[in-house]
Amino acid sequence: MLADKDRIFTNVYGYQPWNLDAARARGDWDNTKDILAKGQDAIIDEIKASGLRGRGGAGFPTGMKWSFMPKESKDGRPSFLVINADESEPGSCKDREIIRHDPHKLIEGALVAGFAMRARAAYIYIRGEYIREAETLFAAVQEAYDAGLIGKNACGSGYDFDVFVHRGAGAYICGEETAMIESLEGKKGQPRLKPPFPAGAGLYGCPTTVNNVESIAVAPTIMRRGGAWFSSFGRENNKGTKLFQISGHVEKPCVVEEEMGIPFKDLIEKHCGGIRGGWDNLLAVIPGGSSVPLVPASEIMDAPMDFDGLKAVGSGLGTAAVIVMDKSTDIVKAISRISYFYKHESCGQCTPCREGTGWMWRMMERLRVGDAQPEEIDMLFQVTKQVEGHTICALGDAAAWPIQGLIKHFRPELERRIADAGNMAEAAE
Amino acid sequence: MPTVKVDGQEIEVPAGATVLQACELAGKEIPRFCYHERLSIAGNCRMCLVEVKPGPPKPQASCALPATEGQEIRTDSEMVKKAREGVMEFLLINHPLDCPICDQGGECDLQDQSMAYGRGATRYDENKRAVTEKYMGPLIKTTMTRCIHCTRCVRFSEEIAGVDEIGALYRGENMQITTYLEHAAKHELSANVIDLCPVGALTSRPYAYEARPWELKKTLGIDVMDAMGANIRIDSRGREVLRALPRVNDDVNEEWLSDKSRYAVDGLTRRRLDKVWIRKRGKLEAATWDEAFKKIKAAKPGKDIAAVYGDLLDCETMFAAKALLGAMGSTLIEGRQTGMTYDTSNLAAVNFNTTLSEIENADAVLIVGSQIRHEAPLLNVRLRKAAKRGAKVFIVGPEWETTYPATFLGNDLAVLNSLSSDVTDAFSKAERPAIIVGGAALGRGALGKALALAKEWNVVKDGWNGFNSLHFSASRMGGLMLGLAQKGGMADLAAAKPKVLLALGADEVDFTKFPDALKVFIGHHGDKGAHAADIILPAAAYTEKAGTYVNIEGRVQRSEKAVFAPGDAREDWTILRALADALGVTVGFDSFDQLRAAMFADTPALANEGLADLGGELPAGGGDASGVIEAYPVADFYLTNAICRASPTMQRCSAELLHGEDLAEAAE
Repeated sequence: MLADKDRIFTNVYGYQPWNLDAARARGDWDNTKDILAKGQDAIIDEIKASGLRGRGGAGFPTGMKWSFMPKESKDGRPSFLVINADESEPGSCKDREIIRHDPHKLIEGALVAGFAMRARAAYIYIRGEYIREAETLFAAVQEAYDAGLIGKNACGSGYDFDVFVHRGAGAYICGEETAMIESLEGKKGQPRLKPPFPAGAGLYGCPTTVNNVESIAVAPTIMRRGGAWFSSFGRENNKGTKLFQISGHVEKPCVVEEEMGIPFKDLIEKHCGGIRGGWDNLLAVIPGGSSVPLVPASEIMDAPMDFDGLKAVGSGLGTAAVIVMDKSTDIVKAISRISYFYKHESCGQCTPCREGTGWMWRMMERLRVGDAQPEEIDMLFQVTKQVEGHTICALGDAAAWPIQGLIKHFRPELERRIADAGNMAEAAE
Repeated sequence: MPTVKVDGQEIEVPAGATVLQACELAGKEIPRFCYHERLSIAGNCRMCLVEVKPGPPKPQASCALPATEGQEIRTDSEMVKKAREGVMEFLLINHPLDCPICDQGGECDLQDQSMAYGRGATRYDENKRAVTEKYMGPLIKTTMTRCIHCTRCVRFSEEIAGVDEIGALYRGENMQITTYLEHAAKHELSANVIDLCPVGALTSRPYAYEARPWELKKTLGIDVMDAMGANIRIDSRGREVLRALPRVNDDVNEEWLSDKSRYAVDGLTRRRLDKVWIRKRGKLEAATWDEAFKKIKAAKPGKDIAAVYGDLLDCETMFAAKALLGAMGSTLIEGRQTGMTYDTSNLAAVNFNTTLSEIENADAVLIVGSQIRHEAPLLNVRLRKAAKRGAKVFIVGPEWETTYPATFLGNDLAVLNSLSSDVTDAFSKAERPAIIVGGAALGRGALGKALALAKEWNVVKDGWNGFNSLHFSASRMGGLMLGLAQKGGMADLAAAKPKVLLALGADEVDFTKFPDALKVFIGHHGDKGAHAADIILPAAAYTEKAGTYVNIEGRVQRSEKAVFAPGDAREDWTILRALADALGVTVGFDSFDQLRAAMFADTPALANEGLADLGGELPAGGGDASGVIEAYPVADFYLTNAICRASPTMQRCSAELLHGEDLAEAAE
């Protein structure tokens, strides 16, 4: 279990106030000038050395991402940092805790990261439904401005850096980095084609890096305690600590900071008080938010909760939003509901996702009650394969994977429902 | 110049080419819906997926992927075939498949590509999506259930037309394409979205349920609704022209066509003059050709004969008139019907010298007295491109809604005498400056001042001629090349008091200035000219005769005959030839070929298609400009000539799109 002294987010439960004084007492904004004085390349090297991988779901090495930004502007275009606080993935709720209880970690991180990538300003794109969180963030940014921590000559470092908070309007797709950029520009939130990548032409056509809130918020602590400290946690290639968000059929659902690679069983036993009804009652787990395939109980038990460990069991860490389902769950209904979510949130720009998500949901609804032919299970699987990898952004993949996971692990359940509905016999005739 | 491999075939492609273009260069067909050469890349239909190495192990949208050195592209692999089948299946699951009642049938990209790249049968059992109709005005008929959301129409209106008329509402499978608040699309190029639409979502409203494409005879023609000389394809069935579509010509109209050129064709079957009429006791009565010719002969015109030609005429007709008058001993021919009198001695001064394709490269443009959107909508598209590339645009004249940033300098032409430093700075710094003198300025004698400015700003330099006059009559440049203009314009004709006035499709003339003349109208529509005439000889419209047209840039183009003129109407040149017999003179030609040969001998520049060499340097010009432009010559874009005025579609457009607000107000 992660020792309290090694926690980055020391106010994740909000036992202390969020404001600047309290944040300073927790160690935020402590001589940030010195961190900046190390220079841009030193910061990026330290982050690279820490092994931090992006906390938004894809797990791209953060230091490397920052290093893609231009070292100098050849044509006078400024660079921008965009911070993705559009946390809309069902199951995810870590950025919310950071923003409402520890916003100064994020703002300081914005300065450190923005300085490292030579950005002129940071845009924090916060989810529309996070109303109180946005209020806190606005207030925290104002505090930081008033204290001279950001703005002109931020922290006395001689570097000018602005932070803007932009509220979204509640579209899941705006959490996709290029759709977020479109939305920030005032357009319809639809993902852009890549290339060009945001590091080349992003917000307003300028070099841009889009990072998750957690990736940015951990940066100052890594700089203070050193990349070696951060990389002392977790397994090779999966370093550091991470906020896990456990929801569903556990005794005590919670958001908790833990070491990467902690076995699933340990995570639940130590922090959540175990599975409701005991371990034998566990049916399946969605380990990384709604968009990753589910993992049945037998396989998840000892799986290390990190990027590679969950990939090995055919799923992914995603945002580490662990959705636990016990045997009382109607698993088909659960996945069908997720399919509805993706149908609802598809932006409608490209064909496979626009048409495919609706088709998949409708088929899932029929499978839920067994109103289908057995061969339609294979057809549904083919349809998910026709969506996966054929779209502009990853929403198509995210809509396909939960269904693929269901068919892979719960095909007998689907067939049972078809048989119960009396359709199996018909097919046999 | 990267070298790529397409299906094993090595090919060198131009730098900056996309994978799709590379495949096309290699002769591979790539299916596509959203991709269009003249629009920005959207990459959203996903039909053009190909397999590319190196790259992720999934198919890539070839339209948006740059071709790079050493790429291995496969368009024939199993992965590509499956991807295409998958995308096609998705496109079709919510498509109504109502091809039998769809006007796009037979010329539908979705139909063709589903035959070539789709699976044979559907696996989709759920209900299909239905979308409500969207009102897009009198020209565009919508059936939005058929829409496949390629967004070509959205991109056209944003990028080419430059108006935010069409956009997408909602998201996911509820996404709908519509005009803003379902207002009519008002841009004068709006109907081009019908051609762009790859399915039957946007079709032509006036042409709805008229014909199938395979029933139509296709004739290559030249448009006469403005002076751009847009290349059109005339689609006809039997004796009726059903529609006009643009042909691709990058030098002239790219592949666009103005709404007027596209839809005025239904005026060709209405208000037609199909027999000979003679005015007796103040009333027109039907007559025979013989009677008419006898009556003209009886007027004994001798050399007191004059002719005025209309805006829609071909060079052959004008030349035949010139030959007839020449044989009678007269040179009194004029085409500037409203009485404009600019100097036509140097054709370079009244030509659009920059050319339409080159004007895109201008970096400073001064427009004097022209409402470009109404007088030359296709030129406006080019100017928008120039403005997007950074050109500064200044306009003298009453304000109109430009589709690009432009500075209006006021209505008074006198502003040209002392231009502000903004303008002079822009032009002295410009590498490719251009001046465009429109009809409103030509009519007020501003040509001299414009020429002087051209000299001052050095708009003619190596490889660049930035001096342009802008006409809006299809016959103008041809007439001027044939030398058919009087120094004093129409006033000279009136002063000569001719015994016989031939009005060749001339509907804008003030005939009260010719009270004593026998007015012979030779034309195709019963419009203003016919109302004033003493004798009406029915002639052919532009789709009913072969002809030569010269557009504003001096480009000689030939149009073919699509259908026969109705009733007793004859091709114009034959009427003039018969008239020559009646008047007892010889004009030197008995057939159309002989007429053309004589015309080429008279004006050799007309013999070769393409840009005519009008030669000569620009005259020096000089003098000060004066006069206030109260209004532009084109009062109503949709009703500029006899064909438009006879067209119910154009009348509806005028009423709804130009005067809709007045009408709504009146109804209240």
